[in-house]
Amino acid sequence: MLSYILRRIAATLPVMAIVALFVFSLLYIAPGDPAVVIAGDQASPEDVDRIRQSLGLNRPFLVQFGSWVWRILHGDLGTSIFTNLPVSAMIGQRLGPTLSLMIVTLLLTIVVAVPLGVVAAWKAGSLIDRVIMGFAVFGFSLPVFVVGYMLAYVFALELEWLPVQGYTPLTQGFWPWLENLILPAIALGCVYIALVARITRAAMLEVLQQDYIRTAKAKGLGQGGILFIHALKNAAVPIVTVIGIGIALLIGGAVVTESVFAIPGLGRLTIDAILRRDYPVIQGIVLLFSFVYVLVNLMIDVVYTLVDPRIRY
Amino acid sequence: MDRRTVLKGLAGAGGLALTGLSAPAIAQGASARTLRFVPQANLANFDPIWGTQYVVRNAAAMVWDTLYGIDSSLQPQRQMVESEEVTDDGTTWTFKLRPGLKFHDGEPVLSKDVVASLTRWSARDPMGLMIKALQQELTAVDDRTFKWVLKQPFPKMLYALGKNNSPCAFIMPERIAQTDPFKQIGDYVGSGPMKFAKGEWVPGAKAVFEKFADYAPRQEKSSWLAGGKQMLVDRIEWIVMPDPATAAAALQNGEVDWWENPIADLVPVLKKNKNISVDIGDPLGNIGSFRMNHLFAPFNDVRARRAVLMALSQEDYMRAIVGDDNALWKPLPGFFTPDTPLYTEVGGEILKGKRDLDAAKKLLAESGYSGQPVTCLVAQDQPITKAQGDVTADLLKKLGMNVDFVATDWGTVGSRRAAKTPPGQGGWNMFHTWHAGADCTNPAPYTAIRANGDKAWFGWPNSPGTEKEVASWFEAKNLDEEKAAIGRLNKAALDDVVYAPTGFFLSYTAWRKNVSGITKGPLPFFWGVSKSA
Repeated sequence: MLSYILRRIAATLPVMAIVALFVFSLLYIAPGDPAVVIAGDQASPEDVDRIRQSLGLNRPFLVQFGSWVWRILHGDLGTSIFTNLPVSAMIGQRLGPTLSLMIVTLLLTIVVAVPLGVVAAWKAGSLIDRVIMGFAVFGFSLPVFVVGYMLAYVFALELEWLPVQGYTPLTQGFWPWLENLILPAIALGCVYIALVARITRAAMLEVLQQDYIRTAKAKGLGQGGILFIHALKNAAVPIVTVIGIGIALLIGGAVVTESVFAIPGLGRLTIDAILRRDYPVIQGIVLLFSFVYVLVNLMIDVVYTLVDPRIRY
Repeated sequence: MDRRTVLKGLAGAGGLALTGLSAPAIAQGASARTLRFVPQANLANFDPIWGTQYVVRNAAAMVWDTLYGIDSSLQPQRQMVESEEVTDDGTTWTFKLRPGLKFHDGEPVLSKDVVASLTRWSARDPMGLMIKALQQELTAVDDRTFKWVLKQPFPKMLYALGKNNSPCAFIMPERIAQTDPFKQIGDYVGSGPMKFAKGEWVPGAKAVFEKFADYAPRQEKSSWLAGGKQMLVDRIEWIVMPDPATAAAALQNGEVDWWENPIADLVPVLKKNKNISVDIGDPLGNIGSFRMNHLFAPFNDVRARRAVLMALSQEDYMRAIVGDDNALWKPLPGFFTPDTPLYTEVGGEILKGKRDLDAAKKLLAESGYSGQPVTCLVAQDQPITKAQGDVTADLLKKLGMNVDFVATDWGTVGSRRAAKTPPGQGGWNMFHTWHAGADCTNPAPYTAIRANGDKAWFGWPNSPGTEKEVASWFEAKNLDEEKAAIGRLNKAALDDVVYAPTGFFLSYTAWRKNVSGITKGPLPFFWGVSKSA
């Protein structure tokens, strides 16, 4: 297993290299020029040229790419064109809020979606099943920003239970940290909960048809034991897969959620960087997201072996 | 249903629900000594000479002081300077600094700092460049005295040093000001009333300013950038909120104290909340515009440009930008900011009265337009340009023009508008923008009005008549001469259609009622602003 994990980690290197080349090339050919944004409306073309020169943006593609790769290999993601701050420091500033949002959303999803899916499968065809699946369709169809605004209206403006916006680091207390994340996590988690609940239901329905479930029932095992110990464990592989793939959904959804709730996370940093053509920041973030995604896939593969002993690498 | 509709509806519902309520908000725990402010945009960099965005200037005005400051009557007043002298021939200016000025690191402000700062500023600022072209020497005479010797008189010297247009002539310590003007500084030490808390800066989210205890304000009453900059709060937090509905909700909930630029859609909601005050923020407002490319057909022919102007309805543009609120816009038959000393309508008949589409079509036909595509760049991520672009597309179609509507983002427009290639080869025929009214009060900071061909702003208009009157204004000895020159300039620029003004519009600012001292001006002034618990 250890050698498998090491092999997989080693295999991420070419993936990262391809991502790096792809992102760099895409940004190089994309329209827009950070020098123009920096120089402002009143600037002359000569001013823009001088800024472009000072930023090294007028160098040939291969020189720029080579210099960037060289820095990456030395653990340096570069410096933001706009803020003059190291990209790693900017990502560091934003990592906490995004990570917090994703963890809370993930926990919320697992705690809510898996039991809902199990119950829906158990009561397949019943009113409960229809209600749960109706909620799932609803959650899947509503855009994150609509859910976000509705939650903010009800729980922040109307009931005054929770703040509208912002983020408080965990170091300043658990509740201040959590109260800023509850509404964003629900908004972001809606789609995710719907997806996981539906997949859980489908996987459970298949497992619940199996002979060994009938045998378990015949032996007189309790319903809870059958559902959550025997059936759920055997239905876990597709559920774990969807939870893992859903990380990408979370990353995408975080961009909108962080804007709606003014959370200073990586999603907002990404949007700001793209709109300003802050190339080093965009490249750094995309590399980070790619790495996280590859890592999540690896973790999913490892989890497979824990939930299904037949899977070995 | 789009996102804007949803946010308006929900924020509206929130506003109605809160009307009449005064319950304390959950998140309201900040001290009355901390002012929480939502700026118009993200403070993405903090070098007011290198990056000339308004949001940078607004923050910089707290941290760096200026030698002179423009007051609300648009006159430069002494700020860091105690006195000045100019020789009879107008070529040698000698300035003396006020005593007791200090930088945030405790060092005194000396003439050498001023010389280095003005050198850096004059390499980037349009007026600074004009002075630099006339400069014989700029030297420190002693610690508090410096001298600027010119080859020719420059009557607008004090205005240049005190103007609020970006980049302002901010004074920095010599070691910082020696940075290449095309490279960004990384040390934010100034001598203004607030210090920049670099350690708390999260670009895109938050910027913090702390009161500078050793700041020595002038004794006069403050007026815009002039007078005594008395800070009545200890800490100012800029909280960046990209989503207007969130900002509206946060203001209603008491999580922020002052929102610089609420969008017009949400203003009715804020006005209904008894805890919130709403008023015009910047009386100098903005001038909407689109520019036509004078290098290529069809707009290389003045008749085609005039045809567009004849058909253009400024009301259509303004309503697209500000909606139904008539207090927020005015027609503008000219190029200069209304209600300022040099405002004029001379030559503005083409923009007045009923629009004559038939006459415009006839003139367009005379220009030789034969249906070639008109490449119209419209940034969709800027509500003002998007609104104007939609109106223009409709206008051009009514004129029988073949519109190539390029919907893109502001970053792309900013880059593509610099291309002098033909429209079909990466160039363009039109793009939309707007100008701060503060930049359009006179020709000095008004790059968009210049019409010196290749050296002019994008679109590269060539109008010798306009340029002649710009020079006349610079040479004017008094206000009457200035007004006469501006009248002629306005007419020449409209005759040649240097660009198309689409109207004058204002915007609101909103704050909690426990905040007082907010004044109208071209930028948010924080001195004199206080907050009760």
